[in-house]
Amino acid sequence: MSPVKDRKPLYLMTPALAWLTAFMVVPCLLILALAFFRRGIYGGIEYVFTLENLAMVVDPLYARIFLKSAGIAGLAAGIAVVVGYAAAYAIAAMPRHRQPALLFFAVLPFWSNYLIRTYAWIVLLNREGLIVHLFRWFGYEGELPQMLYTETAVVIGLVYNYLPFVILACYAPLSRLNPEVAEASHDLGASQWTTFRRITLPMTVPGIAAGFVFVFVLSIGNFVTPALLGGGQFQMIGNLVYAQFLTANDWPFGAALSMALIAVMMVLLTAQTFASERASGQGGRDA
Amino acid sequence: MPERGKTRLMLAILAGVFAFLYVPISVLIALSFNAGGLPTAWTGFSVKWYGELFANRDIMHAALNTLIVAVVSTLLATILGTLLAVGVEIRRRKGRFLETIIFAPMIIPDIVLAIALLSFFSMLNVKMGLHTIIVSHVVFNLAFVCSVVRARLKTFDWSIVEASADLGASTATTLRRVVLPVLMPAVIAGALLAFTLSVDEFIIAFFTAGAGRSSITLPMQIFAMIRFGVTPEINALATLVMLFSVIALALSQRLNRGGLPGQ
Repeated sequence: MSPVKDRKPLYLMTPALAWLTAFMVVPCLLILALAFFRRGIYGGIEYVFTLENLAMVVDPLYARIFLKSAGIAGLAAGIAVVVGYAAAYAIAAMPRHRQPALLFFAVLPFWSNYLIRTYAWIVLLNREGLIVHLFRWFGYEGELPQMLYTETAVVIGLVYNYLPFVILACYAPLSRLNPEVAEASHDLGASQWTTFRRITLPMTVPGIAAGFVFVFVLSIGNFVTPALLGGGQFQMIGNLVYAQFLTANDWPFGAALSMALIAVMMVLLTAQTFASERASGQGGRDA
Repeated sequence: MPERGKTRLMLAILAGVFAFLYVPISVLIALSFNAGGLPTAWTGFSVKWYGELFANRDIMHAALNTLIVAVVSTLLATILGTLLAVGVEIRRRKGRFLETIIFAPMIIPDIVLAIALLSFFSMLNVKMGLHTIIVSHVVFNLAFVCSVVRARLKTFDWSIVEASADLGASTATTLRRVVLPVLMPAVIAGALLAFTLSVDEFIIAFFTAGAGRSSITLPMQIFAMIRFGVTPEINALATLVMLFSVIALALSQRLNRGGLPGQ
């Protein structure tokens, strides 16, 4: 290899790495440090070491919000994986030449603005919205349950926003499956269901894991969807963090909350890497 | 299950999923052209809501801010990200630490980066405004540009770099005349992706914009508007913004047939 290849990279990388260090690494370390300081009486920061903020995260009052966020994120991720896997499976079952177009249209909505995709559900679910009008139009005059500003609306919004990614993640391993393996299984007398359960499903675990973790991680820290579809009173961890910084003015506690959020995320991403490596048995490079 | 039944089931699944994905945005787009502006009844096709949009000073002001933020942050991110990508791919040894730093801006939760930057800027007593949004957007944008360009470099034939050096070209000349032309489609694809991400980004901008209305961006304006409910104007605005993202990213995808990371 030429000397060009070994000496030069440093000055090429320096500007970007300096930028990332100054505006990502340092601010994140700052947040980490902030979590161990005390909140000042008037909302500032007192530079006294304390573990109070971290203790507060596990305080039942806030731990409940954490668990609720995890529950909603888990539900959204679970639904997204089931629906997304089914869609990916169906796309992979279509004729080969049709698959790229189907995949393209499955991912297309993902390219548009997140706020707008969430807003689209406000249009559908609100009291004067399309769904209510459809019911009226069919002649239903009775009382309809509140749809917008509920937990269900939040879950729907999360599934809707992240479904395309799950389809993409599940399609990758499904499209790589060798059809001869399934045929062999069939020839050996296995039913379609058994073949799916014992062959297809295990071989596509990396896609499922990636999809689940992606939706879960983005959902648990989400602040836009609960704020818009959950209504003002609805709180998830993301909204709690938001409030500490912009309304309650308790930065150390907000910092501690986001540390907890990062910790959950890292555990999940590690678990996902581990699951993919085990499933593919060869270092999980394509996960 | 017989083959026919299976195919039917697959088609049914696809129909259901595509309906779920497309009905909400289609309704939104349709309503933006409804003269009456209400979901209650179709009162005729009209583009008057689009006209109102362009007459709305707040929206135009926010759109201009967004344009400034997106253009400047994309330029910076494209330069930094491309250099970074070339630097990383030239290296023979890949450090895990380096990979983590480069990958982090793409997976770190927005809210965490947002509050980290807010704390950082306010502790340094930096007055926040469009410039702090730009600085913040460069963080994730450069990571996305870098990963698009790196994908292209994976199939790059480094022997032409050696040939160029052997023929007496300096490193700078080699980069400019040999590496960059090959990379150009990926660089433009990365820049388009960065531009779109910046135009659409809400949370980080929201936290680093500072107080007051002067540095409000389009997503911040949209967020403020939709909290108060559904109006035909938002429908029109949403349709335009959606159209923009989809076109820009489709273009980016076309230029760079390797697929976009994170998209």
